[in-house]
Amino acid sequence: MVTTSGNPVGIVAEFDSPASLLHAAESLRDAGYRRFDCHSPFPIHGMDRAMGLRRSPLGWIVGMCALFGASGGLLLQWWTSAVDYPFVISGKPFFSYQAFVPVTFGLGVLLGAVAAVIGMLALSRLPMLHHPVFHSDRFARFSDEGFFVSIESSDKRFDSTETRSLIESVGGRNIETIAD
Amino acid sequence: MNSANPTSGHLDPEPLIAGNQTFRSVTERVCSIVEAKTPPIWFIAIGLAGSLAILLFGLIGYLVWEGIGIWGVNIPVGWGWAIVNFVFWVGIGHAGTLISAILFLFRQRWRTSINRFAEAMTLFAVICALIFPSIHVGRIWAAYWMFPVPNQMSMWPNFRSPLLWDVFAVSTYFTVSALFWYVGLIPDLATLRDRAKTKLRKIVFGLLSLGWRGGNRQWKHYELAYLLLAGLSTPLVLSVHSVVSTDFAVSILPGWHTTIFPPYFVAGAIFSGFAMVMTLGIIARRIFRLEDFITVKHLDKMSKIMLVTGMMVGYAYACEFFIAWYSGNIYEQFTFMNRAFGPYAWAYWIMVTCNVVVPQLFWFRKVRSSILALFAMSILVNIGMWFERFVIVASSLSRDFLPSSWDYYSPTIYDVGIFVGSFGLFLTLFLLFIRFLPMIAMSEVKGVLPQANPHYHQPAGTHGGSR
Repeated sequence: MVTTSGNPVGIVAEFDSPASLLHAAESLRDAGYRRFDCHSPFPIHGMDRAMGLRRSPLGWIVGMCALFGASGGLLLQWWTSAVDYPFVISGKPFFSYQAFVPVTFGLGVLLGAVAAVIGMLALSRLPMLHHPVFHSDRFARFSDEGFFVSIESSDKRFDSTETRSLIESVGGRNIETIAD
Repeated sequence: MNSANPTSGHLDPEPLIAGNQTFRSVTERVCSIVEAKTPPIWFIAIGLAGSLAILLFGLIGYLVWEGIGIWGVNIPVGWGWAIVNFVFWVGIGHAGTLISAILFLFRQRWRTSINRFAEAMTLFAVICALIFPSIHVGRIWAAYWMFPVPNQMSMWPNFRSPLLWDVFAVSTYFTVSALFWYVGLIPDLATLRDRAKTKLRKIVFGLLSLGWRGGNRQWKHYELAYLLLAGLSTPLVLSVHSVVSTDFAVSILPGWHTTIFPPYFVAGAIFSGFAMVMTLGIIARRIFRLEDFITVKHLDKMSKIMLVTGMMVGYAYACEFFIAWYSGNIYEQFTFMNRAFGPYAWAYWIMVTCNVVVPQLFWFRKVRSSILALFAMSILVNIGMWFERFVIVASSLSRDFLPSSWDYYSPTIYDVGIFVGSFGLFLTLFLLFIRFLPMIAMSEVKGVLPQANPHYHQPAGTHGGSR
């Protein structure tokens, strides 16, 4: 148990394996908790369903951006080669769409990839260089071999004693209160 | 989800990572390389590599000052070593993306031990590659003409030229590879941040890891982003070397003007790239004692990929000859006879020996499990693949349609110096990478350990789990 100055914003509990973390996530989901997260050194198969999370919308973002990049690339080539600077080169038509495929494709991939990274960071609320969970010293082990659950006290179901006993009943250890 | 329990028993598949690793030991093993005191050999190595890199920059400076006349390029051979080296380095890069993207899509979980440093290799190889066409333009201060930048001449680049496709393909390739590499690094940078003892390391890795908390609400976006990047990189990597090959194939020169070039170049790129991954991997596992991570099985699988791609390359050589005969085109027929028996025959037969004959040894299990043999062969393949590009560039250009314009091309000391220097730059970047960043993707390796499976049950009497 840690005492940090400031208002308590949630609790962090440790679990000993991917299986027990998965089980804890299912229990919290079934008990109606929404504002909790399961931290692990690597993604755990089946955790999205255990936590009751929906699929990430990233695919739509990337798809739209890739389409935007590709159509922008084609537009650029059409406008520069056929409208603004029409120039006969080896007798090819000004709008030689076959020759414009590589750049169109390249710009589609480029914008799609940039969107995948920026979108992933934005949806994960990153970069966020500080977060209250980092007040816990044990929590740093999440990037090594630790499995943690964090529950925010802003969750509607959160109750300082009830939540704690639920966590304990599913195998949570080293439960800490986190302050901001 | 399968519920097979990797408990003891002879029916279990061999583990991907040897040495009964735990999550802890993976972290320790990989981080200790970065956190320990710098070994003296590193200083010696970077001293040598750095000197060559300085040689490269010095020679580039002289080249810009004096012009590309210091090279051996002439008319008709206007491309020379610069373009040979460009294609060579871009090709090397392809293995990194193949391992990180294509093997990921095919769920080849063994890739996790080698993908990080293979991706780093890609980045550094593409940096070396980008240098050559940039300095080959001669008037390097006009290089921005290649980009669609509005300018006072109100001119636009010629998008119908394969050389411009190249600009877009290779720069997109570099950007996407860098993004992919960085996304893969984020969880491992967080590990280094959480283990950091000094304030400087805490700040640097804290900033680089962007505040990663490893929550599943982050992992779910992360995993999809990784999948999407793999999905985008896969057609990209196949297209990049196809576009590079169109630099040749779209011209009308005999020996270049063939439709086999895109697949032939892609196969060759993967072939040479795996050879370079093998060379670097064997050195790294030896120096840093990473035999448990980069196992003999990894090298065995890479040898098989090299065998396949080497045979594709051999098939392409044969097919070119067949088509030259079958097409009835006398210029094409002359070009290929000239390749095999003309003034560049020596280069042609080095190429055939290294790329077609040598890889046949990969058929033998004994060879595939001999580290020394693999190391020697990987270097031979790299040599062979460099000669392949040399043969394509020099033999076709030096003898085209009109015998009156024929000439022999040989490099000068500056060609050699810049090529050797590019190896210096490549190795300098690679040495900096293995010193300061985790060269094995820890979070991915942990994910393929048996105990990472939520259905894993600890074998009775052992403690291989998370403790």
